[in-house]
Amino acid sequence: MSIFSCALPLTTTETVLLGHGSGGKLSADLLRSIFLPALTNPVLERMDDQAVVEVAGIRVAFTTDSFVVNPLFFPGGDIGSLAVYGTVNDLVMGGARPLFLSAAFIIEEGLPLETLRRVVASMQSAAAAAGVQVVTGDTKVVEKGGADSLFINTSGLGVLRDGISLSADQARPGDSVIISGSIGDHGIAVMAQREGLEFETTISSDSAPLHTLVESMLSATTEIRCMRDPTRGGVSSTCNEIAARSGVGIELIERNLPVKEQVRGACEMLGLDPLYVANEGKLVAIVAPEVAQDLVCVMRGHPLGREAQIIGRVTGDNPGLVTLRSNIGTARIVDMLSGDQLPRIC
Amino acid sequence: MCLAIPGKILNAQLDNGVRVGRVEFGGIVRSACLDFVPEALPGDYVMVHVGFAISRVDAAEAERTYKVLEEMGLLEAELATLRASETEGE
Amino acid sequence: MKYLDEYRDEHIVRALAARIHERVTRPWVLMEICGGQTHTIMRYGIDELLPKEVELVHGPGCPVCVTPVETVDKAIALALRSDTILVSYGDMLRVPGSEADLFRAKAAGGDVRLAYSPMEAVKIARANPGKKVVFLAIGFETTAPANAMAVYQAKREGLKNFFLLASHVLVPPAIRLLLTSPHNRVQGFIAPGHVCTVMGYREYERLSNDFHVPIVVGGFEPVDLLEAIRMLVTQLEAGEARVENEYVRSVSAEGNVAAQKIMLEVFTVTDQKWRGIGAIPMSGLKLSEAYAAFDADRVFGTDQISREEPKECISALVLQGLKKPFECSAFAVRCTPEHPLGAPMVSAEGACAAFYQYRRHSVAAHAGEPA
Repeated sequence: MSIFSCALPLTTTETVLLGHGSGGKLSADLLRSIFLPALTNPVLERMDDQAVVEVAGIRVAFTTDSFVVNPLFFPGGDIGSLAVYGTVNDLVMGGARPLFLSAAFIIEEGLPLETLRRVVASMQSAAAAAGVQVVTGDTKVVEKGGADSLFINTSGLGVLRDGISLSADQARPGDSVIISGSIGDHGIAVMAQREGLEFETTISSDSAPLHTLVESMLSATTEIRCMRDPTRGGVSSTCNEIAARSGVGIELIERNLPVKEQVRGACEMLGLDPLYVANEGKLVAIVAPEVAQDLVCVMRGHPLGREAQIIGRVTGDNPGLVTLRSNIGTARIVDMLSGDQLPRIC
Repeated sequence: MCLAIPGKILNAQLDNGVRVGRVEFGGIVRSACLDFVPEALPGDYVMVHVGFAISRVDAAEAERTYKVLEEMGLLEAELATLRASETEGE
Repeated sequence: MKYLDEYRDEHIVRALAARIHERVTRPWVLMEICGGQTHTIMRYGIDELLPKEVELVHGPGCPVCVTPVETVDKAIALALRSDTILVSYGDMLRVPGSEADLFRAKAAGGDVRLAYSPMEAVKIARANPGKKVVFLAIGFETTAPANAMAVYQAKREGLKNFFLLASHVLVPPAIRLLLTSPHNRVQGFIAPGHVCTVMGYREYERLSNDFHVPIVVGGFEPVDLLEAIRMLVTQLEAGEARVENEYVRSVSAEGNVAAQKIMLEVFTVTDQKWRGIGAIPMSGLKLSEAYAAFDADRVFGTDQISREEPKECISALVLQGLKKPFECSAFAVRCTPEHPLGAPMVSAEGACAAFYQYRRHSVAAHAGEPA
């Protein structure tokens, strides 16, 4: 037992907290202190969205993700489509062609079968849209209270194109930072349904497979250093990770961030910053500056890239830090979030 | 304490004896209790804190004071353009 | 967004900053009282736009930061009861009590729920007649009327399972305490615009007269704060000391009478502990006798929980504006947003968290890069 006081050593947490899953600093803590030390190997240490391994001379991308979203159904998607697109996108961010998925379900006793049917039907459409097949799976049922209705884990396999090398440690000073479209849509769409926060909005989740957008980008240029999808923790987490892995600074320009009016309205009301809100159908790309503008034009020709924008640049200053030039011309740090971003009253 | 944002009242009605309005903030709509601003009507802007309107935005006062600020801003914008073209010419 | 965007105009901001630079001839120490104002200052780097003569210190205007440790402990105790649902504003969920916080209580199996509005808590009570619903009602005068309405409505509907764990703080007594302190360096105040929206600014006129300090009621956007600072500096340079209102679009001298009425009906003024500062007489609100049946303290006996405030904690000095967060030896070392030691590091606009998030690496504002 310890009483709060600045003079005493801090109380470390002995149990896992919700914040450990938020994609921010606490999550990174967990990785660094528990997972990496135990499981370490060169592939894991790269900590990209997908692992690239060589099997019989072929470069294979392999990734896994678990989906625990609540509510299960929301405008623009559901846990099923999210589970398919999320893993497909992780493969695609590494430049792989996504081929096969596994799907494992942990179901809470009492879940209506109709709900399960809806989710699985949604996964089928999503798999077809993404051009992948679910080739293996598993089902477990836990007692009431053991899972929040339904958890899904998907793992994915893809094949890497020759000559493609995308990784978060390749960003260089001078590179441009591109976003494929408006930020914060998914997080706000889900929040609008949450008990205690509900509000009316026409914003729907941007959940979508990015494989054809990425195809068009990779066909247009070879000067892409890395791509990441800014899911939990938002654009801020993604840029912070890249800045840390590449040992560079990233400067974002507030004026250039595409934010839908309603997403902004919701963020103002709840006291949230769109830079930290989750996206499910967007990508951040770090590219050589001389190809950036043309690439944005190519992206805008694709349905999922219509609002693509250059939102910043990589610098040699402040390595490992992400900064923002505000609309009033001043600069501030965009720090990695520690836990979940909470609506505030103050 | 502090986070209150301006929103436009779309409509108002009684709900369980409380006057509640649908208020729009940049395109999203949320209900807010209007009991503290009995004079506020649909079309008015109110400052909303934790789902309660705590004031009706005084549009006339806002406009009056903003005009002065706006002129200051326009002047500054002109000066900035001048400064920029001067440095370009160097 | 109307009444928001135009107060973030870059050119007006620069024009105001220029006016302040022109006006200032001597050093001045100013305090913005409200945490929301601190947040804007940090987020937009407002202090970087000011002349070095103007020093901004951040006041105790964070109701989350000053909520007493025992209130958090009481909330946790209630949350862990199997028959209770604890509903709270988001800000309070990570504030450390003496051993844990509400997030940890949730991890331990407590039914802890987030609400944007206290009326959501009433809704939860209606929907769960078999459970006791306790709303953690904190805040300054801005939030008190809303919290009051929730209880007022619950009583009107005859709800028997709705309770308030109330911990409100009133601003003027804290400012008076600051001004009477022999260590006070603050020469001018930006009064909290939303507190004054509810309460008006008559009490600040008394403070201004009693202590001969200029006070400007300020809003929360960059233009509001810079204009309020300009008005303060103008008064100070001229030796004046009166109350002015920058936030005219929301604040009137008398405030919101309807909101004040419900506060008086539901609450009575009481002595209150401020975390990190200590007890300030007549600076809090508790439920009045007429609402005793809704008072969680009385109903659940949580008024038996009492905690001693550590005497040497620096957050007292930070909250009173006497020290900066980085002058604390634990700042950013043992005390960070992930592992906060005290409330000003937890709440997003607590001085320490704001400093940490936006300032920690002391990035030079323009670092030689073209705008």
